[in-house]
Amino acid sequence: MGLFVNITLDGLANGMIFAALALALVLIFRATRIVNFAQGAMGMITTFIASSLLGRGVAYWWAFLAVLAIGFVLGALVERVLIRPLQGKSELNPVIVTIGLLVVLEGVAGTIYGNSSRGFPAAYSQSGLTVGHTKIAFSHFDVFILVSVLVLMIATLVLFRATSLGLRMRASAFSGEISRLLGVRVGLLLTLGWALAGVAGSLAGLLVAPTSSFSPYFMDLVLVYAFTAAVIGGLESPVGALIGGLITGLSISYVGGYLGSGLQPLGALVLLMVALMARPEGIFARPPARRV
Amino acid sequence: MTPPAVPGLALGRARWFRRLRLPTQPLARHMILALCGAAVLYVVTSSLSPYNDFEVGEIALYVIALSGLSLLTGVNGQISLGHGAFMAVGAYATALLMTHTHLNFLLELLASIGAAAILGLVIGIPATRLKGPYLAGMTLLLALALPPIADKWSTTFGGDQGLTTTVPAAPGTTNPEEWLAWIQIMGALIVVVLLANLLRSRFGRTFRAVRDDEIAASLAGIHVARTKVIAFVISAGCAGLAGAFLGLSTGVVNTGEFPLTLSIQLLAAMVLGGTGTLMGMWWGAVLLVYLPQWSTSLSGDFNLGSGASAYLATIIFGVVLIVAMIAAPTGIQGGLRWAWGRISVFGSRLGVSTPSVSEGPGATLHGPDQVRNSG
Amino acid sequence: MSYGAIEALRSVTLTARPGAITAILGANGAGKTTLLRTISGLVKPRAGTVRFSGHELLGRAVEDIARQGVAHVPEGRGVIAELTVEENLRLATLWSMGRRERQGAIEATFELFPRLSGFRRRHASTLSGGERQMLVIGRALISRPRLLLLDEPSLGLAPLVTAQLMVLLRDQTEGTDMTVVLVEQNARSALSVSQHAVVLNLGEVVVSDDAATIAADSGLRHHYLGF
Repeated sequence: MGLFVNITLDGLANGMIFAALALALVLIFRATRIVNFAQGAMGMITTFIASSLLGRGVAYWWAFLAVLAIGFVLGALVERVLIRPLQGKSELNPVIVTIGLLVVLEGVAGTIYGNSSRGFPAAYSQSGLTVGHTKIAFSHFDVFILVSVLVLMIATLVLFRATSLGLRMRASAFSGEISRLLGVRVGLLLTLGWALAGVAGSLAGLLVAPTSSFSPYFMDLVLVYAFTAAVIGGLESPVGALIGGLITGLSISYVGGYLGSGLQPLGALVLLMVALMARPEGIFARPPARRV
Repeated sequence: MTPPAVPGLALGRARWFRRLRLPTQPLARHMILALCGAAVLYVVTSSLSPYNDFEVGEIALYVIALSGLSLLTGVNGQISLGHGAFMAVGAYATALLMTHTHLNFLLELLASIGAAAILGLVIGIPATRLKGPYLAGMTLLLALALPPIADKWSTTFGGDQGLTTTVPAAPGTTNPEEWLAWIQIMGALIVVVLLANLLRSRFGRTFRAVRDDEIAASLAGIHVARTKVIAFVISAGCAGLAGAFLGLSTGVVNTGEFPLTLSIQLLAAMVLGGTGTLMGMWWGAVLLVYLPQWSTSLSGDFNLGSGASAYLATIIFGVVLIVAMIAAPTGIQGGLRWAWGRISVFGSRLGVSTPSVSEGPGATLHGPDQVRNSG
Repeated sequence: MSYGAIEALRSVTLTARPGAITAILGANGAGKTTLLRTISGLVKPRAGTVRFSGHELLGRAVEDIARQGVAHVPEGRGVIAELTVEENLRLATLWSMGRRERQGAIEATFELFPRLSGFRRRHASTLSGGERQMLVIGRALISRPRLLLLDEPSLGLAPLVTAQLMVLLRDQTEGTDMTVVLVEQNARSALSVSQHAVVLNLGEVVVSDDAATIAADSGLRHHYLGF
């Protein structure tokens, strides 16, 4: 029983991290209909930058904020420089460009930071909290994960539902041409979407790093798990990303706990295949018939 | 007005040169080209050092993998970021058989092809319902999911150390590297000829029709899902054979040989060579084999650390992919074709007829919206 | 200007006056929609100029042209189906108004179209054709444009609704300095409310005259306009 509880809690914490990265994927997909496979690597690079800052004696929380800001800028830059030139052409080209970006970022991280083994500190203590008389596998850091991702989600929902900026972003995503005719600067908003996704990706990186091997590849699996989460949740809604993240996190955790950690990616693959079969891609594509 | 006296022009106008044409029947044409290629390669490998022979063999095996990928992605329009996994399956199949049985070498290779093809079937069936980014994501996950399985059951799969492979003994006094290279070259030539014929046949037209417009294809009576699965299976089988050959080249098969970057490098090499082409895959294979060396010397020039050269190679692959997508989606082969087309136009203006060259349909990565080039 | 190998507009010279409705008429494929899309910036022509209030619009970004006071209601209406009715209206006001003014403008639109106020919070996808037309015209008018471009507003609407629509247009234009360019297949309705009319055929202007004159010329009507 204790094992089950611990595995579940572990799954919830991981699920929240997948949800954060899935949110980034959703933001970008809604705005530009592209899956940004480099999102994990972008989060990896910003976390490496955080590591450098910490190495130079910068206080943790300053580094944290700085790196979220850098993620913002990086997202905007990638959209402007790499993705913008490809808009309007085939829908597969930008996807492949993001794959190229993924390996470039991993290569750059490896070249600059080398193979030196380094760890990344957690924001809070990672030892389990005590509930009643038992120690559970949920630490202060896990609470921080939960809280920070929830804050991110709520902020995103508030932005979209309750602000003019959010209205413009939604309109741009639903119908770019009509929005432009109404005076909305759609291009700028697409860049903003990527920038916000960059922040979410940076957060995910900072949350994963303490428990990972912290090599340039440490976000690879997180990315594909987040992709699975986003697909389950529907690639169009932040709430879906959260639900998908939790489902994926829990599933992976059970697979890892009962079958062994090496089978986790395979478990995710099965989960993804089931999700893709159960919700044929047509449901994700917005039905054009409504637009009259 | 007399045309300028240019030597090539004189040749072009010579009647006998104009009669030099390849037979129009595809199979004969491909076999003749293959035999010429084989002859050239024989001369080349005999005169090269054993290490260079080894490299030529590696180029050949990557041609096999890339050709399969090119068929799947360029001709049939399904992207795969997971071909490293198919290669791994092929490699482990051969290695396992070599370790535990004394099966005939050719049968072991066939088993590799078969095992990879079965995985291709398993993946190909759900893939029929997936469009670009979703298929990319699923195959990406495949590339990450498969290798850890070998780590988990490390007793069967040899764990970190991996399984060893043995190359069948070379005949006579041929040195082993040259012999292995020859096995791989033969494999590559056979695969390329078979695929070239396939692409020229009704199958090839069906693949392309499905790529261009699934609805139109199904209205024309094509069984779209079946076509897509067949393409996947063939492509996976090729990768499986290439994986087995890779296992023979390196002598050992372990999960470290098949990281995610391998799958992505295959994609980059295919794009650079020319998506949808077969001949272009030789360029891509050269890139795959020689880039690590060039980046090692590059990193030496820049005095980077010892591990940095592998990462540098990765950067270059990524840049190649990005630049190719933005600036030159048809790759090297596409560029050559364009140049050859220009020359033909120029030549015909001067009254010279240039031999017609076409070795198979080409395609660029595209989605349903874009107007495509074919042939 | 061309779409692929087909030239949609060859040579069109058009002048429209403020405070009046100018109708653009002609058969399908005559280039009417392309003309509007060129003015609003969705389409960039090979040559020519588009001058509005002394400004050159050609080559500028669509959103910048819109912010000059050009409101284009496109073919197919262009309701943003995933947003609510109120959100559709609000969206149009974001660049031009502060919060207080905005609320007033939205309320005024609901007074103009009482039918819509019952649907305020409903997604625009739930509206009928006629209601959508009201929404997009309300959305176009809410930012008090100086140039209003309408592409076949009567398409798919019942004759009664079309008549009401035309009356509304006339009422909204009379006495203002808004310029209205109305593209219509339904030439009869269009001519009944416009002051000036232009007939396009195969990408060129064949007639440009007072609406009343054109309506009276039965030969012309039969040949180009189908009635």
